[in-house]
Amino acid sequence: MVSARANLTLKRVVVRHHGDLDGDTITQTLMGLAFDAYRIEDAASAEDDQHGRARQLLRALAVAGFGAANIMLLSVSAWSGADGSIRDLFHLISGLIAVPVVAYSGRPFFQSAFSALSVRRVNMDVPISLAVLLAVGMSVFQTFTSKPDAYFDAAVMLLFFLLIGRYLDQLMRARARSAVTSLSEYAARDAIEILGDGSTRAIPVADIEVGMRLRLLPGGRVPVDCCVVQGTSDVDRAMVTGENEPMTVRVGEVLESGVLNLTGALEVEAERLVDQSFLAEISRMLDAAEKGKGRYVGLADRAAEIYTPAVHLVALTAFIGWMFVSGGDWQRSLLVAISTLIITCPCALGLAVPVAHVIAASRLFRWGLLMRNGGALERLARIRIAVFDKTGTLTSGQKTVVQMPKLTAPERDAFAALAGRSSHPAAMGIAAALGQTAPVALTHVTEEPGIGISARWDGASIALGRGQSGTRLEVDGVSLGEARFAETVRDRADEAIGGLARLGVQATILSGDTDQAVTNISRTVGIDDWRAKQSPKDKVSFVTTLSEEAFEGGVLMVGDGINDGPSLAAADVSIAPGSASDVGRHAADFVLARPSLEAIPNAVWLARRTNEIVLQNFGIALIYNLVAVPLAVAGFVTPLIAALAMSGSSIVVIANSLRLSHMEPPRFTPARGNSDEQAPALAPPAEVAA
Amino acid sequence: MTQLLFLIPVALFLGGLGLCAFLWCIRTGQFDDPDGAAERILHDD
Repeated sequence: MVSARANLTLKRVVVRHHGDLDGDTITQTLMGLAFDAYRIEDAASAEDDQHGRARQLLRALAVAGFGAANIMLLSVSAWSGADGSIRDLFHLISGLIAVPVVAYSGRPFFQSAFSALSVRRVNMDVPISLAVLLAVGMSVFQTFTSKPDAYFDAAVMLLFFLLIGRYLDQLMRARARSAVTSLSEYAARDAIEILGDGSTRAIPVADIEVGMRLRLLPGGRVPVDCCVVQGTSDVDRAMVTGENEPMTVRVGEVLESGVLNLTGALEVEAERLVDQSFLAEISRMLDAAEKGKGRYVGLADRAAEIYTPAVHLVALTAFIGWMFVSGGDWQRSLLVAISTLIITCPCALGLAVPVAHVIAASRLFRWGLLMRNGGALERLARIRIAVFDKTGTLTSGQKTVVQMPKLTAPERDAFAALAGRSSHPAAMGIAAALGQTAPVALTHVTEEPGIGISARWDGASIALGRGQSGTRLEVDGVSLGEARFAETVRDRADEAIGGLARLGVQATILSGDTDQAVTNISRTVGIDDWRAKQSPKDKVSFVTTLSEEAFEGGVLMVGDGINDGPSLAAADVSIAPGSASDVGRHAADFVLARPSLEAIPNAVWLARRTNEIVLQNFGIALIYNLVAVPLAVAGFVTPLIAALAMSGSSIVVIANSLRLSHMEPPRFTPARGNSDEQAPALAPPAEVAA
Repeated sequence: MTQLLFLIPVALFLGGLGLCAFLWCIRTGQFDDPDGAAERILHDD
């Protein structure tokens, strides 16, 4: 390890290392030190890039702020009655400040407008750049001809406000890394082929043909979908089913590529080529689902599509109209057209979305929900059904002991100490249930994946291993009995489900586990609707069908495993617990940073409020334009009015968005057993319609 | 009038000084972790 630095504001630790550590080791070390640690991103370079852009915008913002403040002071002097040469002097100084400031701070807009125009498209930055450049150009001309209308203040202030919006927007940008790349660590690189004479040779995975005989060693990943022809072994099929319990496979059973072979050597026959196998299929599903996500166009972009041509049309009409009215006075006409462009510049519009999203994101962050994508809030507001995975999502993946064999006090301590040495969920459950009271000297501690853990203690050998229906406790090879477990339901899962119901959101469980296990959990958390034994493919098709038909664009997927990855990406919006696999976390829009699920209904509630605020902001911008545009076209807009109108509308929009930080979410109670008198003050019909 | 010729450059210079200070703060990463310094003093390591 090279360095580790904790950023206490962002609540992040950045660890630089020589490539010899992986994220899980680091998180486990931190957990061992009693910190709740989850991995957020490992693509540091992508983040640095985003960080660099944010800094560039912040510098531009600082320069624009400096320019705007100074020019505004000079403008106030000019407006308060300065005349003749003094006014010209003020204009000249303003111009001297404004031109370099615009050249520096305007670059983000000019670049974006230029790249849009060079592919023959328009975006919001085209009218912005046009307005700023024309306004500055016109003002320079006015200054040198000693005319009264200089718009330096408006142009620079416009940049200042827009840069605020742009900077906040940059902070919200998706730190998304494609989920597909993180799958590659589950792929085997080469395989061992068994030749006809019984000898073996190593071959690349790509060379495996259907019908080939392969040897799978313990600890290796299955290279292609195959069928066991000899041997038995325990395998970890978590990526297929989402269950972390090892499974025993025998002759005739089928293994998917990417499955981890734990205990025994197996001889298998390849059934599919590598690019037709399970892992490749998951990859393809993820890819397709991620591409499909682009279908949702954010509110701001939709507004820009209508706004840009409309503004240009109005300004052009104003110019032509004034040419007729004034009998060809092009200076006057151009001035009116420019003031129209300035006043319609989407200042409030540029702030409407990012300000609301930033405030919402910081509240979500305080509730323990990290937003990876600003647009996800808009989608979260529209959800009408929440699809939950079971293991690792509704349950914590931890196990609680429900039954324990009788032990003497020293034995209790010894087994507690032994269990504490393992990170297996069953062992952790036992360690928590027994609770070590005195120090115990253990030697020769050995753990074998899929079998158990053993050690020497006080002259005897003690072991924890797999039993019939739980974990067997042994002393010198003699069984003392078995510890039995139940799955631990996540903290406040029932309240979260109840809260979602209050918000008019249905819930359903989609699990790879057995019927019995799913029914148990569904009863505990209060979800009536469930589907068990779902393959990743089933999950995707279920989610896609829901999204396309019954709940158009309103499906939330909450899941953690690799098997949930494609459906997380396919759902309209998705949440993954912080304990989720890399694939799950990268495919999801939100990551829960706390073990509890209660943030989910709060987040949905906040997303809806945020959407309302954004729409109100658009409304404010619209009303502003309805008043300002006719004034501008009629030629009544002086530099003073332009400056007032612009800052006024922006401040109203920011103030309106700030209301978000004071709204309190209703208190959510479990779906079952809550009587009407404790119903939160929420209007259910409005929520359902939202 | 002559006061203006004197005062405006002074005002701009002071404003510019503030701007430079801010840009320097960004460059040296002083806004990256505003809460850290306050809490770090409480840690032993």
